Amino acid sequence: MSGGVIVDVLRQPWPWWVAGPLIGLVVPVLWLLTGKAFGVSTSFRDLCAAITPGRFEYLRYDWRTGAWRFAFVAGIVLGALISVTALASPDPVVGISEATRVDLAALGIEDRTGLFPAELIGWRALLTLPGLVVVVLGGFLVGFGARWADGCTSGHAITGLVGLQLPSLLAVLGFFAGGLVSTFLIFPLILGGG
Amino acid sequence: MNRSPAGSWSLLLKSLAVGTVFGILLVKSEAVSWFRIQEMFRFQGFHMYGLLGSAVVVGVVSVALVRRLGSGRAPVAKMELPTRESRGLNRHYWLGGTVFGLGWGLLGACPGPIYALIGTGATVFLVALASAVAGAWTYAALRPRLPHF
Repeated sequence: MSGGVIVDVLRQPWPWWVAGPLIGLVVPVLWLLTGKAFGVSTSFRDLCAAITPGRFEYLRYDWRTGAWRFAFVAGIVLGALISVTALASPDPVVGISEATRVDLAALGIEDRTGLFPAELIGWRALLTLPGLVVVVLGGFLVGFGARWADGCTSGHAITGLVGLQLPSLLAVLGFFAGGLVSTFLIFPLILGGG
Repeated sequence: MNRSPAGSWSLLLKSLAVGTVFGILLVKSEAVSWFRIQEMFRFQGFHMYGLLGSAVVVGVVSVALVRRLGSGRAPVAKMELPTRESRGLNRHYWLGGTVFGLGWGLLGACPGPIYALIGTGATVFLVALASAVAGAWTYAALRPRLPHF
């Protein structure tokens, strides 16, 4: 098998049964190499502590203890860059189910090119109410909620569940409750239709 | 060895390397796709459930194996995952989790994918990142008044 064939295979979207187990291995591999527990959203707290140190009790610590996590998220950025260049998928459309396509079309989201709908998420879309709600309010709630819950998808849904932590299961149930409200109540409200 | 609170260069390089692999996994698995997150919250596809479910199962098994094989070898034997403090109603886990889910549903990206999407060249996610940091800062400000346990 030539290198070209391997790259062609790697360029395709990876099925869940390949990528999922590898994501699971990130937990022990990160621990074995660095002694750190896998989690991303603490980087938001470290950024706050670096920007406004000592302002609130929650931010009174040495943010440099989170330097390894900044290196980790810099790696995420780099890995994503590799994925859209050397490993770029030949098909720009994500192959979601027909039922989801129909539901999104009913909300007015017809263009499925790329990783997200350009009419909703983009610099120009920021000037529209739905675009502002999705990017600015959505981002704000992700940061606020992840810190209140003391973890996000990586810290609770992966590391927490791997560690068989009941509180993490509560957090994950919350993630879904919130996601369902956004999907079935907020999107029909701000996009019309539905 | 190293007295800097940031840790050694070796720690930073290893973190960067694992992060890079994780970033590739996030994009190539399409977990960074708003469309995939919508499919998940609409229960119309197995992809995201398979992804998260198999990650957890492999995580549980591999962590157990590392602990068993490593017993006796000092650094490995100590492998411990963080324990979550649990008491009372644990309100901050599910209340905070619900707020997080509202944001995840809208943005279609949780923290890892926010960073990954910036790496794909979607610079508008810098705005999402700034908003998320503002959200974390607001939490820090309101924390004394929010219910936790």
